[in-house]
Amino acid sequence: MSARILVVDDDRALSEMLGMVLQGDGFDTVFAADGQAAIERFRESRPDLVLLDLMLPGIDGIEVCTRIRAESGVPIIMLTARSDTGDVVRGLEAGADDYVVKPFNPVELIARVRARLREPQQESGEKLRIGDVDIDVTGHEVRRGDQVVSLTPLEFDLLVILARKPQQVFTREVLLEKVWGYQYKADTRLVNVHVQRLRAKIERDPDRPTIVTTVRGVGYRAGATAE
Amino acid sequence: MRWIKTTLPVLGPLRRAWGNSIRLRTMTITGIIAITMVTIMGALVLDRISSDLYSSRRDQALQDSARATLAVQSQMDTSDATDTSGLNALAGSVRSTVQGTSASQLIYVRRQANQLPSNIAPDDFSTSQQLVDAVSTDLSEALLEGNAPQYWQAVRLVDDEGNSSPGILVASTIVFPAGAGSYDLYIGYSFADVTKSIEFITRALIVMAVLLLLLLAVLVWAISSLVFRPIRAAASASHRLAAGETDARIPMQGDRHFDELSSNFNHMADTLQTRINELDQLSTMQQRFVSDVSHELRTPLTTIRLAAEVLRGQIIDENSTQARPVQVLNDQVDRFESLLADLLEISRYDAGPVTLETESTNLVLLTEEVVERLRPLSQSLIELRPLGGYSPIEVDARRIRRIVSNLVGNAIEHGEGKPIVVTIDSNAAAIAIGVRDWGVGMKPEDTQHVFDRFWRADPSRKRTLGGTGLGLAIAREDAAVHGGLLEVWSRLGEGTNFRLTLPRGDETAVFVSPVPLVPDDVVPDEGDPDVTGGWLRRPGRRVRRERNR
Repeated sequence: MSARILVVDDDRALSEMLGMVLQGDGFDTVFAADGQAAIERFRESRPDLVLLDLMLPGIDGIEVCTRIRAESGVPIIMLTARSDTGDVVRGLEAGADDYVVKPFNPVELIARVRARLREPQQESGEKLRIGDVDIDVTGHEVRRGDQVVSLTPLEFDLLVILARKPQQVFTREVLLEKVWGYQYKADTRLVNVHVQRLRAKIERDPDRPTIVTTVRGVGYRAGATAE
Repeated sequence: MRWIKTTLPVLGPLRRAWGNSIRLRTMTITGIIAITMVTIMGALVLDRISSDLYSSRRDQALQDSARATLAVQSQMDTSDATDTSGLNALAGSVRSTVQGTSASQLIYVRRQANQLPSNIAPDDFSTSQQLVDAVSTDLSEALLEGNAPQYWQAVRLVDDEGNSSPGILVASTIVFPAGAGSYDLYIGYSFADVTKSIEFITRALIVMAVLLLLLLAVLVWAISSLVFRPIRAAASASHRLAAGETDARIPMQGDRHFDELSSNFNHMADTLQTRINELDQLSTMQQRFVSDVSHELRTPLTTIRLAAEVLRGQIIDENSTQARPVQVLNDQVDRFESLLADLLEISRYDAGPVTLETESTNLVLLTEEVVERLRPLSQSLIELRPLGGYSPIEVDARRIRRIVSNLVGNAIEHGEGKPIVVTIDSNAAAIAIGVRDWGVGMKPEDTQHVFDRFWRADPSRKRTLGGTGLGLAIAREDAAVHGGLLEVWSRLGEGTNFRLTLPRGDETAVFVSPVPLVPDDVVPDEGDPDVTGGWLRRPGRRVRRERNR
């Protein structure tokens, strides 16, 4: 069964071409031209991934992102024409997993889509624990005590990669490669924003993290700092 | 002039202070004038007082002497002494009479020289040997020849304690009875008391003068503080304005002349602030425009790109007539894209202050990365020579990477397959990267234009890497926002050397590049700059800083 992608863009020509490129690569596509339609389409079609333009008439892309994220952990890739403004960070904070800057290379876009749809390789029965957080890798479930914490697949990947090697420090670049699949230096804001989102869900006090900690000037690691 | 040199360690700081402070000069000059005036006035007053005192004291002495002489003479006239013993007794009484009637105890009686000797004449006598010594010939002659009843001369008298003081010696003539002849009567008057008074007055005057000068110094200091306060206010306001605080103003000081300066300055600052605000507004508008244009252009460009990709995917036969146009379409879309990106970048620079996202960066590693990335595209051997520059420097790595890839890319394009050497070195003030190729090089008039927008040295040359014609213009701006410089040396047939110099820290305003501008393998000629490129001055750019991590 091929993955279904919801393309949200108000530019019909662009949507059409995006559709052709994605279909050419074997994806199913669903389209929406404004924010309201995007949310309705999302509920009807339950896509496996959302390509979301940030500039939309009516409900804007960031709001759409927030609403979709409220009901689902589906991967969201933003399409943006402005990489140098706060839009990107706001989009990431609203829950988008990745972003592509227009004009993007179609090959690059497909690579980003595939990276987000890729099923994480799992060892059966693998269970991890950091601090008071239990991770059932196979069951795709994270618990703090008895309480189930709902993570998006990306947040889950991020946590698992950190938790598999507790105390090892991962640089932002390494995380970009392992979690997002970037082979070259990309925007480290992706890592920063998603670590913040992950902490907000799993830490007791996100301002004083104990599960995913920052190593100043280097990167992040799972578990409390040595000092 | 030699003494100035030898006294420099001592006078140097003073001379500097003198040259730097109006206040010091004012105070010194006022001080010198005041001291001179006070001294002259004091001397005049003292002179006047002492001459008055002395002359009244002298008049008094003369009167005293005249009275004593009269008393003695009347005693002589009434005396009936005729023999030696009688006359001697008379002489003795003369002495007591003088001492009784006069205020002085210093008496010298001497028989006048031009008379016949007399047997009965009493001997000369004096109460003090110093009187005998003090009588001058002028005085005795004047007494002998003149008609005046009294003559006097100034002398110095020494009292019992050995203190010398000025005084006068008054001479008059007394005639002894019984033909014993005329005698000179000298009475000495010491003015020691007058001297004492004058000394006292002098001391009082000096004390007053010192107090007056101290008061004057305090006054001048206070007044100059008062006068300089507005100047200091103006200086601090202009300093703050220069430092970028556009709302710095000079407060009114309540003086017509100064307030004119203040209001003019404040007016200037207002104008400046308005202009800066206008420019900022313009810059914001420009940025918004650029951003809007960017968005508006990017969406259709993306669509074209996707369409071209779809077309390419449909080409099955590489030799069909459609294959080539689709290829051209794809290439041109790529070119259009990079042109758009460069145009946006340069217009961002034109719009005003840019935002630097600085992070601590190792330039050697950065350059290595860039060279590794470009190596597959190069027919030239690229050699990296990191002589220094390993210590990290705060830069916007994205921009520096862009500069270096531009320079290395240019070298690959124009290096004609000959080797390329990338040198990195550093000194205390700066880090530099030099990119040298041995390609065709450029004529001097072309070298001047390499940083111009859309300028091409040789329009007929084929392009392998492609380029927008904006790369070096952007690179130069990228260097300038870091306070650095991008320079070029080139000679026809000998190749080209680009040099990027970045100063360490924001305070370094003038620095020397650690990498030579003119390569060491060429013989410099007169058209060349100094091998090091000389002192470099930090270019002024408005920058917003944002530190990563």
